[in-house]
Amino acid sequence: MISDLWDLRVDKIVAELKEGRRGDGRKVDEMRKVEIINGISENADGSARVKLGETDVISGVKFTTGIPYPDSPGEGSISVGVDLLPIASPDFEFGPPNAESIELSRVVDRGIRESKAIDFKDLCLVDGELALIAFVDMYVLNHDGNMFDACGIAALSSLLQAKIPKIEGNKIVKGEYKGKLNLKFRPVLNTFAKIGNTVVSDPTLSEEKSMTSRFSVAVTEDDNITAFQKGLPGAFKIEEIDNAIEIALQNSKKVRKLL
Amino acid sequence: MAKKQEEKIVYMDSKGKRLDGRKAEELRPIKIQAGVIPMADGSAYLEWGQNKVVAAVHGPRECLPKHTASPYKAVIKFNYRMATFSVPERKNPRPSRREIEISKVCGEALEKAIFVERFPNTEIEITAEIFDSNAGSRISALTAAAVALADAGIPMRDLVTGVSVGKAGGKILVDLSKDEEDAPDAVDVPIAFLPNSKEIVLLQLDGVMTKKEWQQAYKMAWDAAQKVHELQKGALKAKYGNNVKGDEKK
Repeated sequence: MISDLWDLRVDKIVAELKEGRRGDGRKVDEMRKVEIINGISENADGSARVKLGETDVISGVKFTTGIPYPDSPGEGSISVGVDLLPIASPDFEFGPPNAESIELSRVVDRGIRESKAIDFKDLCLVDGELALIAFVDMYVLNHDGNMFDACGIAALSSLLQAKIPKIEGNKIVKGEYKGKLNLKFRPVLNTFAKIGNTVVSDPTLSEEKSMTSRFSVAVTEDDNITAFQKGLPGAFKIEEIDNAIEIALQNSKKVRKLL
Repeated sequence: MAKKQEEKIVYMDSKGKRLDGRKAEELRPIKIQAGVIPMADGSAYLEWGQNKVVAAVHGPRECLPKHTASPYKAVIKFNYRMATFSVPERKNPRPSRREIEISKVCGEALEKAIFVERFPNTEIEITAEIFDSNAGSRISALTAAAVALADAGIPMRDLVTGVSVGKAGGKILVDLSKDEEDAPDAVDVPIAFLPNSKEIVLLQLDGVMTKKEWQQAYKMAWDAAQKVHELQKGALKAKYGNNVKGDEKK
């Protein structure tokens, strides 16, 4: 929903970006400050709070037992959900997840799942019958743009903290753990906004209101790409995509140092 | 289930042939027909290998419910739906999260091509119903939907042409089949272009790929997309060929 006030801001942002300037003084390829606080919930099996500039997300992991999918009987799974709380933005309201939130959680899920960081075979308990499912649930507390990267970092941080519960008689023993969840890679999601003809890294809310399209790429520490997602009605040129991948590889290294 | 015998599957033999006999850059057979649903404003039927899809367009028409309308442009409502019998295990008829996400990104890809600003307060509803699938159904839906929009006479900057590329068994391939998508190292990259400006309007990837592999895959995708674009134009010419007052006749 773009109000008249937003229209004025959008005009300013587009005009300034033509001269290569951003509202908060960042370079076009520069991320905002990332702050990670681990262990924010004692009841969670792993948890973290991530602030990306003013964008604020809490994430918690809970293991439950479930039946493996028929096409992968020897594997557990992860399930990623993002709740856009009405406190985070006047644009959000309570209710079932909308397309925006479904896309967001599926892209975060994809970046982690497809990197093969977690060996889902480790989570199988009884072949074809019982497996552990790691529910990664996130709540956006404040939305100042780029929920994709904030949620991506929050999901990864909470999974890195996660402990696998002890199992007795095919049931989870509350409060007892058999060890940490093993992650072989640290895939970091990097999102870009195209505003006019400029592509900027880590857009703020004002920049997101001005963007015509969005591109996210998840990369691992061995410089592999594990997920892409282009969204919104604008278009990208191939040079812009390739440049974004290069920036993502660099910026992700800085994020990984904070994990 | 490919995973059990993963060691044995050769995704490309010494002659460069794939599991189904195709070459690396070869598409599956594609058939497109414009104008198949009389009650719709525009429609198309598409077969892409085993994928079968009907796409139909209604609109521009009054946008309901009214709070979804925009005073600036036509709202594009794209529905990607899979029939319950279109996949090996019966699909729950309720729209899945996957279908909702695909509908969102495909609708956004089409919106770039349409002069939406000419039709404020209206909606253009596009539905693509998949009734048989074998990898690449979103690209089939999008490619069919672009033809249906043109068939509906909706002013467009360009067609939208989809294609998928990826990796299986370490090889970069065009238009992966389901067997190839089940490879342990499989990567699936659906892409859609505005073929005249070479702009990318849809891009997704899942799987592990290096930047170099992506650049090779992109080139193969662009070449393949031009073949698909010709088929889309062919379908429209087959229906309108003798009646079109195109630029070339002026």
